[in-house]
Amino acid sequence: MKKILVPIKMVLDANMRPRVKADGTGIDLSGMKLSINPFCEIAVEEAVRLKEKGLAEQVVAISIGPAKAQDSLRQALAMGADSARLIETDGPIEPLAVAKLIRMVVDEEKPELVILGKQAVDDDCNQTGQMLAALLDWPQATFASALRVEGTVVHVTREVDGGHQTLSLPLPAVVTTDLRLNEPRHCSLPNIMKARKKALDVTPVAACGVDTVPRLKVLGVKPPEPRKAGRRVADVSELVGDLRAAGAI
Amino acid sequence: MDEVTQRDHVTCDVVIVGAGPAGLAAAIRLKQRAADISVIVVEKGAEPGAHSLSGMVMDPSALDTLVPDWRSDPDRPLTIEVTQDHFAFLTSGRAIPLPEKLFPPLMSNKGCFIGSLGTVVTYLAKKAEDLGVDIYPAIAATELLFDAAGRVTGIVTGDMGVNKDGTHSKNYTPGMELRARHTLLAEGARGSLSKIAIAHFGLDAQSGFQKFGTGLKEVWELPPGRVVPGRIAHTLGWPLDRKTGGGSFVYHGQGNLLTVGFVVHLDYQNPTLSPFDEFQRFKTHPSMRALLDGGRRIAYGARALTEGGWQAVPRLTFPGGALIGCAAGFMNVPRIKGSHNAIASGMQVADAIVADPDAVELTAWRDGWQDSPIGRDLFAVRNVKPLWSRHGLPTGVALGAADMWCHTLFGKSPFGTLRHDKPDWASLRPLAEVTPITYPKPDHVLTFDRLSSVFLSGTTHAENQPCHLKLADPAVPLARNLPLYGEPARLYCPAGVYEIAKLPDGTDSFVINAQNCVHCKTCDIKDPDQNITWTPPEGGGGPIYAGM
Repeated sequence: MKKILVPIKMVLDANMRPRVKADGTGIDLSGMKLSINPFCEIAVEEAVRLKEKGLAEQVVAISIGPAKAQDSLRQALAMGADSARLIETDGPIEPLAVAKLIRMVVDEEKPELVILGKQAVDDDCNQTGQMLAALLDWPQATFASALRVEGTVVHVTREVDGGHQTLSLPLPAVVTTDLRLNEPRHCSLPNIMKARKKALDVTPVAACGVDTVPRLKVLGVKPPEPRKAGRRVADVSELVGDLRAAGAI
Repeated sequence: MDEVTQRDHVTCDVVIVGAGPAGLAAAIRLKQRAADISVIVVEKGAEPGAHSLSGMVMDPSALDTLVPDWRSDPDRPLTIEVTQDHFAFLTSGRAIPLPEKLFPPLMSNKGCFIGSLGTVVTYLAKKAEDLGVDIYPAIAATELLFDAAGRVTGIVTGDMGVNKDGTHSKNYTPGMELRARHTLLAEGARGSLSKIAIAHFGLDAQSGFQKFGTGLKEVWELPPGRVVPGRIAHTLGWPLDRKTGGGSFVYHGQGNLLTVGFVVHLDYQNPTLSPFDEFQRFKTHPSMRALLDGGRRIAYGARALTEGGWQAVPRLTFPGGALIGCAAGFMNVPRIKGSHNAIASGMQVADAIVADPDAVELTAWRDGWQDSPIGRDLFAVRNVKPLWSRHGLPTGVALGAADMWCHTLFGKSPFGTLRHDKPDWASLRPLAEVTPITYPKPDHVLTFDRLSSVFLSGTTHAENQPCHLKLADPAVPLARNLPLYGEPARLYCPAGVYEIAKLPDGTDSFVINAQNCVHCKTCDIKDPDQNITWTPPEGGGGPIYAGM
């Protein structure tokens, strides 16, 4: 195929401890390390591997987010993507708007395959890939743990309850990645250096003509209640007695 | 490894190891003065500032020179000027304030700013990149390159994807040679390449050994109304005994955030002392308990700092490169500040390069620092640390204060220049000669254990990589350090890296939890046999400090 499009999202680094803003309106990201969403990184890796196997000619990475998301796109370029596009927006943006913006890019770039992460680890929505497939009216295979391209068909293995399910989709298609699809490579310094010279196109979201007004209203964000300390019981009857007293049985 | 790795290489004019205040100031100044000079900065942290940790009250003088318009910049990294400066001596139950009039002017915080070094570093990194500096975070510098004549010609970056046993994983990515005419080591206190360069070139032949402390820091979010932005407070005394140097700092920032921290000088003698637990205990002082009550700890970190001052600064240059910042050791002990000198040192070395780009050795930097603001800053306070170490509290500190007053009033010191007595690793006394210290258990509200603290530092390391904490002799911890000192590594490490574990058969085993390492370097400094060498793990590992 000629082209694979890989939409990626920049999220709070998985090693950072999220801190809820004092006013409860969201997560405080100031000074925090932001990284490429792990599932998106797997999507980039898979696309680059297809290209390295000679099954695709070009990999284009795209992100929708703040200017800082260029760092995540540069990482995708260092991993082996050929070019990147950022649709820049500082406001909140929901999966439906993201899917519409990606459809716009699909119309322009005309990829045969879109590979995305199954979900972002910040909001855990798990919607964008499915919405995109619906908007494009393309076949979709979500939660891919293995992927094989054969001519104009892509075979996708999914981990389902009790085993593996393999789907065959005619291209063009949308695939979302699960954790076991691959182990993303390290970016070598020479490739990071080369990535800085690759094309990275930035478009303001306002120039896209897509309705990105949020449909959801966040009422509040609060951290989970700390877990109460456990305690040891002497025997089963004490356990049963305590559970009864707590109304649990 | 036996196989020879073919490495890529690039060549630039100047390669800088460490994107901290010194390294970035050098990079910025180089590009300001010579736009066509090519500068590469490598940083082992996941991003610039990720490994930066300081109190911090910053003297902005050097930043004023480097970025003259920073104060009018809407993105300025420092916004809170010091307005109240308190100093107290602690006993276990009381805080005895020391009148400000007694402070030597050399300790003044007038015009200084409360802030975070990480934020300053992020700001400087942006300035540097705007000027065309190439900064590569998550890249560790692991070796120096030499030419046949013995001149340093650059650095090698670390391999990635090496397994614990040294074999290569599927994702193995070899390091790269960064070749340069000038290699600037800006790694901070006890830098791993700096240590190699100092030993290789005998840079400390005249100056002798460096002195260190370990600084620990927490950020707390307090109930509204209690934090007074602009207020700073320092204490001496409790919980440390009179022979142990150190003290606390409490800085009031913005957004109900309070920084509380503690420094312990690493020439402490009692092997049962734990800097981490002294810090935790400090917070139980009645004055601190009241301040922190109802608050929530949101960040933790630790880092070694240099305390040797003027007389411990090594020769700053070697063929092909130079030391700057705390890799050289420019911390001012009584001011507890070094970032201003770090920035100034980066600028001075940049000026030396621009003045003579082809110089084999940057002699203008080597010979000029003493007559620069850095030299003047450190010279005036040079006897404070040796007096403190020799005479303890209160005599040594009082003598140090008197010495600073003499310098201010008469321009000289009655002591001349005192030398440091011994390196920090040689100061421990055997277990049999000391009274063991016992620490209260953490309550997980005001005081904490090491593991929950490290969790807050965002520390992570790629799994299954070789242990980056190297033992010269693996037998030493159990055969010597355990019987003689009770293995102090388990206590001086602020991250719980070292443990003595009982095996099922009842014997002891020395465990290194390298994945907990916050890159503070205390073990490399304090191990009584100098048996532990800190080497950089895979790039991007270590803490991810946010605004520390």
